Amino acid sequence: MEKEQKHHKEKSNSNISRRTMIGGAVAAAIIPVVSSFTKYIQAGVPVLSLVIDDPTKKIGPGPGKLGKRSPFEQPVKKPSDISSRSPLQDFYSTITPSDLHYERHHAGIPSIDPNQYELLIHGMVERPMKFSLADLKRFPSFTRICFLECSGNFRTGKEELTPQDILGLTSQSEWTGVLLSTLLREVGVSDKATWLIAEGSDAAVMTRSIPIKKALDDAIIAYGQNGEAIRPEQGYPARLLLPGWEGNTCVKWIRRIEITDQAYMAREETSKYTYPVNGKIRMFSFEMDARSIITFPSFPQKVEKGWIEIRGIAWTGRGKIIKVEISTDAGRTWGTARLQEPVLDKAHTYFRYLWQWKGDATEILSRAVDETGYTQPSLKQLVDARGADLGGYHLNPVTSWQIKPDGSVLFKPENWK
Amino acid sequence: MKSAKKTKLAGMPGRLCLVITAGAMLVGLMAANSSGLNSKYPPLFKDTTKWPATFGFGRTATVAEIAKWDISIRPDGKGLPTGDGNVSKGAAIYTLKCAACHGVSGKEIPGIKLPAPALVSDTAAKSKPKTIGNYWPYATTLFDYVRRAMPYNLPGSLTDDEVYSVTAYLLSANKIIQPDAVLNAQNLPKIIMPAKKIFVVDDRKGGSEVK
Repeated sequence: MEKEQKHHKEKSNSNISRRTMIGGAVAAAIIPVVSSFTKYIQAGVPVLSLVIDDPTKKIGPGPGKLGKRSPFEQPVKKPSDISSRSPLQDFYSTITPSDLHYERHHAGIPSIDPNQYELLIHGMVERPMKFSLADLKRFPSFTRICFLECSGNFRTGKEELTPQDILGLTSQSEWTGVLLSTLLREVGVSDKATWLIAEGSDAAVMTRSIPIKKALDDAIIAYGQNGEAIRPEQGYPARLLLPGWEGNTCVKWIRRIEITDQAYMAREETSKYTYPVNGKIRMFSFEMDARSIITFPSFPQKVEKGWIEIRGIAWTGRGKIIKVEISTDAGRTWGTARLQEPVLDKAHTYFRYLWQWKGDATEILSRAVDETGYTQPSLKQLVDARGADLGGYHLNPVTSWQIKPDGSVLFKPENWK
Repeated sequence: MKSAKKTKLAGMPGRLCLVITAGAMLVGLMAANSSGLNSKYPPLFKDTTKWPATFGFGRTATVAEIAKWDISIRPDGKGLPTGDGNVSKGAAIYTLKCAACHGVSGKEIPGIKLPAPALVSDTAAKSKPKTIGNYWPYATTLFDYVRRAMPYNLPGSLTDDEVYSVTAYLLSANKIIQPDAVLNAQNLPKIIMPAKKIFVVDDRKGGSEVK
């Protein structure tokens, strides 16, 4: 009941502020010194009304405290009840703006006071310890770029799907934090330890079992994202980051790490994040295998005859992408895309491929190859390897876009059952 | 700062194998870590300064602090609290606190999308949907998850006895335990779940093979 009332109050507040905004918009039409163009857009004022005939003849707004996007650019995430997808088709390169990073929560986003925050490391250690956020920040720090991806990241089933719909549960940031190995060195891990339990402080107290080997390899307790404090949706004030591993293992809002010698078989590693393979259920699938997607051209864009630069991203949890191949004839022949340097370890890699379209109906596809020699498989190859009862996890098939003679672009859904 | 000791901090970023001078206590710490801060905590980056054996940031956690947060239950039952629960009490709690999202019976209702997954089915591995009966490999996970995350609108609000009861009810509804069973820390980990035999560890390794 109390919750309902609170909801109602928030709602009426937003009504008031909307009215205020509209008033502001009118003023803005007269005086071009404005506080927030974005709000006008939300209030339904046409973008065109914001355009000044000749910007060289009017002084614009001065410097502000927070930057904002041009009102002409409105990339947004696409939320469901449990996740929100990154608008991959809106990105020109591989760092995801933090407010457009995908989300996947198991019991919402917790509100955590950074001054109260503590990380407990205990179990098979010489000295169980608690670290405040300030403590974590005092340790030698480390920065790297890597992607995150939900292992359930794949949608198909109809032609009217955007890259965001199909593969929007991946994003990339530059992360900063303390290496987990630095913290484990501080507490002294028993030689007999083989696993750790990572636990979040969300309302699901989300837990995963992680092999110690990964912790000592490249795991990070991250508190920075793209140069600023990590966003609440991504684990504020601190999260576990396991480069290349399925997003769910990178426990957000991390509060406890228990060093142990066995997996605990938590709900998210048994009844979830597992999938059927030839009559068995595969568990502890950590690494994200190589995949790619063409983000331009894609639905609902339209293309014109002539030169088109096909663009997209490729990535692998097993190291670096070494090659992205493109087919513009429905998979009959393949050419090699140009990779944007530097190609980073376990990172989204931007690719480009020049193509002259003559106006015929065709299909365009991309497939990624990683440094282990793994080539992104077709859906048929995955079905052949795992059986027709594929689950939704770790499903990384080559996908294709249909180009119609009128220039429209449609996803090509494939069925396998 | 008298006692000097040659110590290789090989595992450390930097690993210039410098001669370090340290107080007796520090030397003791290093000895405890033997030759291998190096090999044990392999460095991901090279630092320009030799790292100390410890930085001294953070503080020792107390037993009470650990106990307060350490809520994980292991498959062998470690972590299970004292107390017990039975099927009939669990059924009553289920009706009151679980049925609104998981359905009156916990079974899938064709044509209706419940707010939360179905929990009850027969235990045939091929049967759909995925439930406790046909897809959960460990009974301890059920206790662990219900206690930490359920009910969804009031997570962590059930007493340990109530969690034992809900666990008993759900296992009974899936015909894994008898309706008159009483669950506790001793017998819960002994339950063999029907799905356990079908779980296998990931064997993908990269390379040319698609798995």
